[in-house]
Amino acid sequence: MTVAPTPNRAIPGQNTTEQADATLVDLAEGGVRALNSLLHGTDDGAFRVVNPNGAHAVAVGLNAPLAVTVEGHVGYYCAGMNKAAQIAVMGNAGTGVAENMMSGQVTVHGNASQSAGASAHGGTLVIDGNAAARCAISLKGADIVVGGSVGHMSAFMAQSGRLLVCGDAGDALGDSIYEARLYVAGTVKSLGADCVEKEMRDEHLAEVAVLLARAGFGDVDPVSFRRYGSARRLYHFEVDNAGAY
Amino acid sequence: MCGIVGLFLKDPALESRLGRLTAAMLHEMRERGPDSAGFAVYGPARNGETLVVLDRSGEAAWPEIAAQMGAAIGTAVGCRPVGDHGVFQIDGAAGPARDWLALHHPGLVVLSYGKRMQIFKGRGDPDAVAARFGLAEMTGSHALAHTRMATESAVVTEGSHPFATAPDQCLVHNGSLSNHNRLRRGLIVNGIRFETANDSEVAAAFVSARLSEGASLAEALEAGLKELDGFYTFAVATADGLAILRDPIACKPAVLAETDQWVAMASEFRAIAALPGVESARIWEPEPGVVHAWSHSPHDGRRQAA
Repeated sequence: MTVAPTPNRAIPGQNTTEQADATLVDLAEGGVRALNSLLHGTDDGAFRVVNPNGAHAVAVGLNAPLAVTVEGHVGYYCAGMNKAAQIAVMGNAGTGVAENMMSGQVTVHGNASQSAGASAHGGTLVIDGNAAARCAISLKGADIVVGGSVGHMSAFMAQSGRLLVCGDAGDALGDSIYEARLYVAGTVKSLGADCVEKEMRDEHLAEVAVLLARAGFGDVDPVSFRRYGSARRLYHFEVDNAGAY
Repeated sequence: MCGIVGLFLKDPALESRLGRLTAAMLHEMRERGPDSAGFAVYGPARNGETLVVLDRSGEAAWPEIAAQMGAAIGTAVGCRPVGDHGVFQIDGAAGPARDWLALHHPGLVVLSYGKRMQIFKGRGDPDAVAARFGLAEMTGSHALAHTRMATESAVVTEGSHPFATAPDQCLVHNGSLSNHNRLRRGLIVNGIRFETANDSEVAAAFVSARLSEGASLAEALEAGLKELDGFYTFAVATADGLAILRDPIACKPAVLAETDQWVAMASEFRAIAALPGVESARIWEPEPGVVHAWSHSPHDGRRQAA
């Protein structure tokens, strides 16, 4: 595995001015439902969520440019369906972080479990550590940047968007992929059906540089990445394969 | 679904709190398996062996059974009833006692046997099951617990996990197996006695069979990667070890955490969140298809990763 880059970035809600103004929400007192109700009823502002202790569905369905910092580890589906908000998890995230995200940015400062960014339509998901199996499954347009490695079946049936991995990828990367673009700096254990390596042209190097900068990984060299995508052989029925059906 | 928790202490100073810590972990997993629960605790070694027996009828006359058993096998036998369980303390090996029970009380279900391990299980709210058997007051070096959402077999007390298929060995399972009937037939031929029709009991027996052939705990589970067809996260405990295995597809969750004082395993992080010193723990998701194993090293009294 390649060494994960050192993130160099401002964390939403973590600079002194914002932190002083941030609304403190203690999940040990109020619970997840109260937190999400509060966030759904607010148009802007910064929030600090403490004592998440692995709770599920923290800060889901946000619909406004809020800055939310979760100080600890979260359970399943954190930041799911996010629209416009900047959400930072200062720990690990369970299954399905930022699933179905529409816009905004979600940053996980630890590792993410499986299906990170599943079906995400827009916005950016940054994972400083590793993401487990099925990262970016059915990706529909979002950008996902992983500082470490991703597990098996990542970008399965990914339709649109970009997945950039600074470490390694597990088995069957990009299986049955449509038009998403995959960039991996380390080794790829194996490619899935219809996923092939493609040429890195200038526009791809530029695209990688933009994604790295947005994720705060500006010290990583775009030249170290290789590009993978669809061979487009599964798009149409091939009469020669008729016997297989 | 199902929820699993396991706690393996490295620091003996925590042993008096094992039951309380395990009960708190189990509490966090009750939503994953509200239909029944069970737990195995590895307590201080006693003289002789302990046999934990379930009575489904509610009619077992425990003192009489203990007296008849003692007379038949020629050793002193005591029995402490706890709920619908009888905890037999045998001044010697549990094997003859188990054989005698199977012959004379075939309606009773043996839940566990061994020098240190005791298993208790029941239907209903996992917290109520833990309270009924006094989990929080138990002490010891390691424990496994399980909350069950049944898929492959009936919601009955004996279908709750953990499953014990050898002395001081047990297994808990999140998932389902599809080739358990074929494997069970082979294991019966090799002399394993099954208590239920549950798929997870077959996994427990498979591991016990490999261990009895001389395999290490890690080797036994690695053999399972080839033979056990289905979805699983397994946690397996022995008198001095704990091991975790996820199937290569990794549909079922698992989180591991380790400090200088303990190793903890759970289906979700929230079960680990309240353990002492968790803020400095190394926390990670075990890789699919890779065995993670720990053992209590007998050499220097300290407990280390195997």
